[in-house]
Amino acid sequence: MLRFLTGHYGYWFTLILLTIGLYGMIFKRNLVKKLIGMTIFQVSIIMFYLTCAAKFGGTVPVLIDDSGPAAVNPAAYINALPHTLMLTAIVVGVATTGVAFAIVITIYKRYKTLDEDVLLERMKKDHDAPAD
Amino acid sequence: MTHLLTNSPVLPVLILLSSALLGTVIAWRRPSLSWPFTISVVAVVTAISGYNLVRVLREGPIHYYQGNWAPPIGIEYVLDHLSAFVMLVVNTVALLVLFHARVVVKAETPGKELGYYGTALLMLCGFNGIIITGDLFNLYVFLEIGSLSLYGLIAVGERKAPIAAFRYLVMGTLAGCFYLLGIGFLYMKTGSLNMADTAAILPSMLGQPAVLVGLMFVFLGMGIKMALFPLHGWLPDAYTYAPSASSALIAPIGTKVGAYVLLRLVYFVFGITIIARTLPVAKVICWLAAAGIIYGSILAIAQRELKRMLAYSSIAQIGYVALGIGMANRWALTGAILHIMNHAFMKGCLFLTAANFRRKLGHSDISRFDWSIRKKMPWTMAAFSISALSMIGLPPMAGFFSKLFLAMGAVNGKHWIFLVVILFSSLLNAVYFFRVLEKAYLKPAGDAEAADGACARDEAVPSMLIPTLIMALLLIILGLLSTVIADGILAHIAPPGL
Repeated sequence: MLRFLTGHYGYWFTLILLTIGLYGMIFKRNLVKKLIGMTIFQVSIIMFYLTCAAKFGGTVPVLIDDSGPAAVNPAAYINALPHTLMLTAIVVGVATTGVAFAIVITIYKRYKTLDEDVLLERMKKDHDAPAD
Repeated sequence: MTHLLTNSPVLPVLILLSSALLGTVIAWRRPSLSWPFTISVVAVVTAISGYNLVRVLREGPIHYYQGNWAPPIGIEYVLDHLSAFVMLVVNTVALLVLFHARVVVKAETPGKELGYYGTALLMLCGFNGIIITGDLFNLYVFLEIGSLSLYGLIAVGERKAPIAAFRYLVMGTLAGCFYLLGIGFLYMKTGSLNMADTAAILPSMLGQPAVLVGLMFVFLGMGIKMALFPLHGWLPDAYTYAPSASSALIAPIGTKVGAYVLLRLVYFVFGITIIARTLPVAKVICWLAAAGIIYGSILAIAQRELKRMLAYSSIAQIGYVALGIGMANRWALTGAILHIMNHAFMKGCLFLTAANFRRKLGHSDISRFDWSIRKKMPWTMAAFSISALSMIGLPPMAGFFSKLFLAMGAVNGKHWIFLVVILFSSLLNAVYFFRVLEKAYLKPAGDAEAADGACARDEAVPSMLIPTLIMALLLIILGLLSTVIADGILAHIAPPGL
């Protein structure tokens, strides 16, 4: 049991991060805090990929010794693909955050608040008197 | 030229991606050119996807290797009957809607035309990429390209639009992350991101927990993207508050792409065995779809605003597609794919008429409709009636045939409850559409001037009217051709094990 816990501690941390992110996205009332939760959630998935690519004693996937195909032992290298994929995922995450901030700024300009409860109240007021 | 044509599978994505950037620059230098540029680009892309479909019908599925790297290492684009067909549908609808958009965009988002068309092209690029890619991670990237542009297109709408867009963004990103997490689990197990390769490896590790967890996450992510009940929370506000041009663009093709991905993954990556026997995923999809059909239809009856009613109706209609996917037999699958096409044209046409109403009447409040509309906008009303009848499922409109295939699927698989759901929801569809038709054709106008019959013809401008009418006409033509499409194209889609 202990072995199961310690052997996978990278995944446990990922799971905790994932939960924190999800909690922030759902339960925080402030839009920026929701975004922070969203970013934590995205980062935890990046951590997940990196954890599953990690390997004790592995080295960078550059062919050092090229004395024939026998020298190429895949077990000695770390799989570079998850890292590459996560570079793309980081870019996607940054783009998402950028778009999200642009939208949050627009919301703030129109409603002068970022708190969801106040926002709902002001939206309702709009609804009663639909003057744009 | 021949060189270009051999590369035709990759062209739609490339053209759209580069012209999205180029278009923004052009719009910045010469704002008046942005619409003609966009429309010609989308026209070219539609023509290429038509050519691709012909090519697939003639030569069989085409596997295109990016940079000539063979599949497990490189990224593969797969142009088969399914992807070529859905791609042509998506691009045709987008072409008609963007043709319609010129006046609407100018009126509803003044000063923002500059970015609008570029974002629309970027969204289309994402969707085309999702449809054609044969690589799981590549699909994620295109999914995010499409979704991020979608958020932008929604956020430029009326006062409440940014809030709807923000909620959609949070939900959509959550969905994208779930999908990414899911394929992470699959990659851990299979060591491959290529769809065909993964599909070949997966049967040997059917019961493994990591594969099942991956499947659940992918399913959850796609459920949110396609607004499958009860994951539809973002949809009604987003469709209602988006500018008319955006809702007409998003409603027909946005959720369909999610449904397409679900179909592609369920049948061509996970395979029937795992989703129907190892885990009851297919059954879950069916029940959620059935619940969504009833829920969406009933809430659509309760709405007083046309666009909002159409949004709830979209939740119901995506249920039909999901039901077809979940029932997992030949008839139901054909029905689901046919419904992707039919609903794209029906919802496109309905949202275009809603845009026409908003433009000419200044509102789309069903409670304020009366028969002056019929006199003012006879053609728009005609298009609305045709697509409403198609939604209800009256022959010979297109909507009848996809429902027929779905019903046949339900009978064939002995899913009697789902047969009842399909028939009952047609009744509910009739209720909410006839309510509008009744108001627009039979309810006497309130004010005296209109009652005199003096209300002048005030039809939408031709650039808006023509695409609306073409869509309505297509509904009848596609309805008449539906057996040809089913036999000629959809019969070739043969997922293993079905």
